[in-house]
Amino acid sequence: MPFDPILAAIRFGTGLSPRVAPPGSARAMLERLRGPDEAAAAWPIPTYDSLRPRFEEFLATGRAVNEARKGGGEAPVEVQERLASLRREAHAERSAEFRATLARLACAEDGLRERLVLFWADHFTVRGKSGAWDRYITPYVEEAIRPRVAGRFGDLLFAVTTHPMMLKYLDQDRSVGPGSRGGQARGRGLNENLARELMELHTLGVDAPYRQRDVRQLAELLTGLTVNGVSMAYRPAWAEPGRETVLGRTYSAEADLGTIRAALDDLALHPATAGHIARKLAVHFVADEPDPDLVEAMRRAYGETGGRIGAVVQAMLAHPAAWAPEKRKVRQPIEFLAASLRALGVEGAWLLGRDEGQTDELFQTPLAEMGQAWQQPPGPNGWPEEAEAWITPQGLAARIDWAMTVPERILAELPDPRAFVEAALGPDLPREVSVAAHAAERRDEGVGLVLASAEFQRR
Amino acid sequence: MAILLDRRRFLGGLAVGCSAAASPLMTPVVFASAPWEQRLVVLILRGAMDGLDVVRPVGDPAYRAMRPTLAQGGLPLDGWWELHPALEPLLPLWEAGEMGAVHAVSTPYRDRRSHFDGQDILEAGTGEEGLAGAKDGWLNRMLQAVPGIEAQTAYAIGREELKILVGAAPVSSWSPDARLELSPQARRLLEVLYHDDPLFRAASAEALGIVDELHREGQSGGGELAGHVQLAQFAAARLRGETRIASFSLGGWDTHGDQRRTLARALRTLVETIQALREDLGPVWGHTAVLCMTEFGRTARENGSKGTDHGTGGAMLFAGGALRGGRVVGDWPGLGDGDLYAGRDLMPTRDVRAHAAWVMRGLFGLGRDVLDGAVFPRLDLGSDPGLVL
Repeated sequence: MPFDPILAAIRFGTGLSPRVAPPGSARAMLERLRGPDEAAAAWPIPTYDSLRPRFEEFLATGRAVNEARKGGGEAPVEVQERLASLRREAHAERSAEFRATLARLACAEDGLRERLVLFWADHFTVRGKSGAWDRYITPYVEEAIRPRVAGRFGDLLFAVTTHPMMLKYLDQDRSVGPGSRGGQARGRGLNENLARELMELHTLGVDAPYRQRDVRQLAELLTGLTVNGVSMAYRPAWAEPGRETVLGRTYSAEADLGTIRAALDDLALHPATAGHIARKLAVHFVADEPDPDLVEAMRRAYGETGGRIGAVVQAMLAHPAAWAPEKRKVRQPIEFLAASLRALGVEGAWLLGRDEGQTDELFQTPLAEMGQAWQQPPGPNGWPEEAEAWITPQGLAARIDWAMTVPERILAELPDPRAFVEAALGPDLPREVSVAAHAAERRDEGVGLVLASAEFQRR
Repeated sequence: MAILLDRRRFLGGLAVGCSAAASPLMTPVVFASAPWEQRLVVLILRGAMDGLDVVRPVGDPAYRAMRPTLAQGGLPLDGWWELHPALEPLLPLWEAGEMGAVHAVSTPYRDRRSHFDGQDILEAGTGEEGLAGAKDGWLNRMLQAVPGIEAQTAYAIGREELKILVGAAPVSSWSPDARLELSPQARRLLEVLYHDDPLFRAASAEALGIVDELHREGQSGGGELAGHVQLAQFAAARLRGETRIASFSLGGWDTHGDQRRTLARALRTLVETIQALREDLGPVWGHTAVLCMTEFGRTARENGSKGTDHGTGGAMLFAGGALRGGRVVGDWPGLGDGDLYAGRDLMPTRDVRAHAAWVMRGLFGLGRDVLDGAVFPRLDLGSDPGLVL
């Protein structure tokens, strides 16, 4: 199957656009991916690190207010006001980060990079367990994930696993070696959550040959790694003494990040991880039941390059099964919104200019109605992949409702549906979509029908 | 005979251009009433409810020492058992015999302790072989065994997919906050657009059918995103009509840390859900059974962060006027060192599916061979625990 620019933009990017030409070749897609991150420069999102001072102030102010209450009184008015303003600020920032994310998806030249960012942010899902932490998910993605989406998987894994957002989300900040000085003194113990998800979700996959014993040993090996305030910290006094053996390999007794790095590198290079990551990428981009030969080619590329994600993606794009004309995947709701905005030619500057209320009304509430509340996946395994999970009566109703009602609120003038159908789907569109676009009684319905069509919902 | 077709097949087979709302056949009269009067609601508690904290075996000599910070403030039931204090609003139900618990139960899932696999097995209703591509859920297989099931007999409620109801038997699925207003022309064109894509065709036909039905009932739908109370109210409204089975899920049970606070929060949503069901079901509550099932229990001992980690055996709460509550059912394995599963978890002494099976037998009169064959393959049904009145 030859490379097809239209399919490349739809299946491996964020859709067709009247403003951005589709990629010319697989090589061009990969070169762009290796090149500078233009979308990040055009629509900036702050890194987690840059927000730490204010986050710390936020938590400290919150503590001061709580402690005053516990003591039966109230914190000084200026402290309470400061807390309220920090809270408003963080909320506004989170909304702005969502708009920047949407602008990148809708307007970026390099749609493949945006898709990989979504993929890895989902693979390494985090959520905030308290309101304050929820607000830093996008900065976490910007800092730990985005710069590494095509690099070595081991580097991505280390950056994510040592990030305070992940440590907090999977309770690593609560895990203390029971035999460590800290554990003995404070009577605290192990929490297995991070170790388990590391093996089950992030690296080996649930079908891999590991046992509860390995989870336990990895949890002991990870002790010492924790969060101090809002930053990652390594506390040797919390590290379980002695050597740990994970999957038959025994690690240094040295209590430091180096031991953790060594274990994570081994997990990243494990053959089960190569198979798990290859298959997951193929499932996400190509088909819920991908061609085994495609998965095998990607797995081999992973193994031969020491887990270079760019090489795995290259192997996918080089395989004929990746270019099968039938669109077997359904766009997830965030991809559907992005592809719609892209096809409508909405400008990034317009998106960035929306206020919080409009952002909720036009995008975030509809996303939740479509079954994908922004950054609130059901668990650490992220969002489902299967088409059936998304195209439920209620989920599809929400997509149709958005397609029929929101575009006219975004654009001063809607495009002519007869022209829009080709902008959204390319020249080789199925006859019935073209017929529907021509037969609609009204412009908004015509545009809505194109966006609601199965042809547009699939990729 | 056309009028006996279920809604999904009925709409799917309509000639293009014939709008469902305009069809004289699309009236509630078309649908035969369900095969039984009894109602079954299955609530899936996602995240692994700590059965040992919700229904507390304080009479077990090992219990309090295992849970130094958690075992406080329980509501005494009979000296041996206590209920978690957050369940206090439901105590009157318990005392009236309309709520109870089954303890030391689990699905056949062992050792990996993954939420997602655990939930998949719970909803598939199979042994671990169900992990490799379960095609359907156990509630759906139960429906497959009953002749004359209509789509509206069973409802999957909420925004997420409920695997427990997925399968060949027709079921309805909807979220009370959804809306779909289309002009007749847009509706016709949409039917054309989805005609050759079975997934989209079925989902849209179902959505339009439900919206039409709600319109006839004078409800418009739409509005705020549905919380647990709205889910319960929507379920109750369906169950007051032709619906006999409803399922939805409640999250928030994964209490790895600070469990006194986190579990109380999850239990409050459960309390409000059961209260809303009871209130809105009215007289129908009398022949309703609510089963609250979770993927597995949690560790017998508290962990290092005043919480509990993933375990094995746990509890199933039940409620409803059709059930015999006011008690804790089950064979207690003990919490002594040799009694625990893998030295860490409550030992399951019975398959939770056996309880669900006996409840369905009691409510719907299903044969034993159906229950331990098609519905729960190779399940050891054992003796009837007598949950159904």
